[in-house]
Amino acid sequence: MKQMPIALKGTPQGLLLKPQAQSWDVILNALEYALQDTADFFRGGRVILELEGHTFTEDDLIALRDLLERHEMELWVVLGVDEATQRLVRAHGIRTRLPGTATPAAEIGTPETIFARRTLRSGQRLNTPGDVTLLGDVNPGAEVIAGGNIVIWGRARGVLHAGAMGDETTVVCALDLNPAQLRIAGVISRAPEQRRRHPQPEVARIEDGVIIARPWTAKG
Amino acid sequence: MRGKIITISSGKGGVGKTTVTANLGLGLALLGQRVICMDADIGLRNLDVMLGLENRIVYDIINVVEGRCTLPQALVRDKRLRTLRLLPAAQTRDKSAITEADMDRIAHQAAEIADYVIIDSPAGIEHGFRYAVKPADLVLIVTNPEVAAVRDADRVIGLLEADGHVPARLIINRLKPALVRRNEMLDANSVVDLLAIGLIGIVPEDVGILAAGNRGRPVVLDEKSVAGQVFRNIARRLQGEDVPFLPLKAPSFLKRLFGAY
Ligand SMILES: Nc1ncnc2c1ncn2[C@@H]1O[C@H](COP(=O)(O)OP(=O)(O)OP(=O)(O)O)[C@@H](O)[C@H]1O
Ligand SMILES: [Mg+2]
Repeated sequence: MKQMPIALKGTPQGLLLKPQAQSWDVILNALEYALQDTADFFRGGRVILELEGHTFTEDDLIALRDLLERHEMELWVVLGVDEATQRLVRAHGIRTRLPGTATPAAEIGTPETIFARRTLRSGQRLNTPGDVTLLGDVNPGAEVIAGGNIVIWGRARGVLHAGAMGDETTVVCALDLNPAQLRIAGVISRAPEQRRRHPQPEVARIEDGVIIARPWTAKG
Repeated sequence: MRGKIITISSGKGGVGKTTVTANLGLGLALLGQRVICMDADIGLRNLDVMLGLENRIVYDIINVVEGRCTLPQALVRDKRLRTLRLLPAAQTRDKSAITEADMDRIAHQAAEIADYVIIDSPAGIEHGFRYAVKPADLVLIVTNPEVAAVRDADRVIGLLEADGHVPARLIINRLKPALVRRNEMLDANSVVDLLAIGLIGIVPEDVGILAAGNRGRPVVLDEKSVAGQVFRNIARRLQGEDVPFLPLKAPSFLKRLFGAY
């Protein structure tokens, strides 16, 4: 599994973007693709770009800002650039520090977590940039999309997507894990044709680029 | 005290809403209840045909909405059971001719002169579904034991839950015990498990239902029909009676069912 060209992470201040690739074409393409799925979380929201050791021209800045605007998001802060680039960024009315804080962006607090207790029915959707815990079933035709981990204390039958903003370390757990589709970050797996007779709690995660489900034990 | 308003709904089309409405309407009338069946499927009227009342219609629900006649004038009385009356849909209009407020007003007006008002909802989850469930005190969700119908029923239940707190009960229609035994059809248990609402009846597949619908003589009137017995039992359950579920020629499956209820 290749690394994603850009990492997205929800934070209370806004969506944190961290480019992983060098080429801006690659980064912007990956971002466009990621936002098709996840833009719902962030509509109207602010974006913090953290650029550790990346070059950043005025054209890159404008291209990024325009792309975000098409998804109704605002490029709010650009962090980790040299003096000259900071001046360039500020000339476009974009900040180069998070207001009222000297905290590095990577340590910004945890995003919003959802706890729900109900049956998630066909056509219904839970989504959050953070983790989801559901006490109940996810029926066929329902969707859970989380930037973080997903824990279903019930039967999981619909579509589950953990790490929806690219976090490949997230997991999906369920008492009976048999979703129509399971996604972690950019990796997809579909339900096996054969349903198990005696379901057991399982936890799914990415191992060597594919999603593997194993018995969910006390050790997690 | 006003009567109870019950809407028969499903999401998916063709699963048996109109059949259930006709049979439960007559079933409750057999118990001596005053019943008004309302056909809310404007433009695709067929409750009147199933009840065998087609050629007695003078006015319809849209005439009532538009004030061309009163509600009592539009009601068609059943020729067999005098306590059953039908408010027909309009065949030449469409669903935009009626609003949720109209439906609410007319259903409540009907409930003043009946013990039960049973509303036959159109298929779908759009306007027709919305106005049909608006006045309901209880919604009966009809589904067939097949994946697509159950999925749509689930969607409808989700919409009802999101909307308010109207209680819903489940009717599983067209169950074929032989297919269930051979694992070729969903069993009632898995349907109830998934939808997670109370079950009020399981109606078997019965060729007699089609013929009865065509003749305008619903099976509930047939003493010897098993499906008829099922509908009579559901009517009694609606009356608050605790009636055991009928065995549908598949003991192993029923044992499981009784285990759950
Ligand atoms: N238990 C049953 N056994 C056999 N046939 C049935 C059964 N229930 C319904 N049918 C048949 O299925 C067909 C559709 O039934 P019905 O018209 O009641 O469905 P509906 O849900 O009202 O459809 P629509 O969504 O079009 O209003 C009819 O021909 C009816 O006779
Ligand atoms: Mg119908």
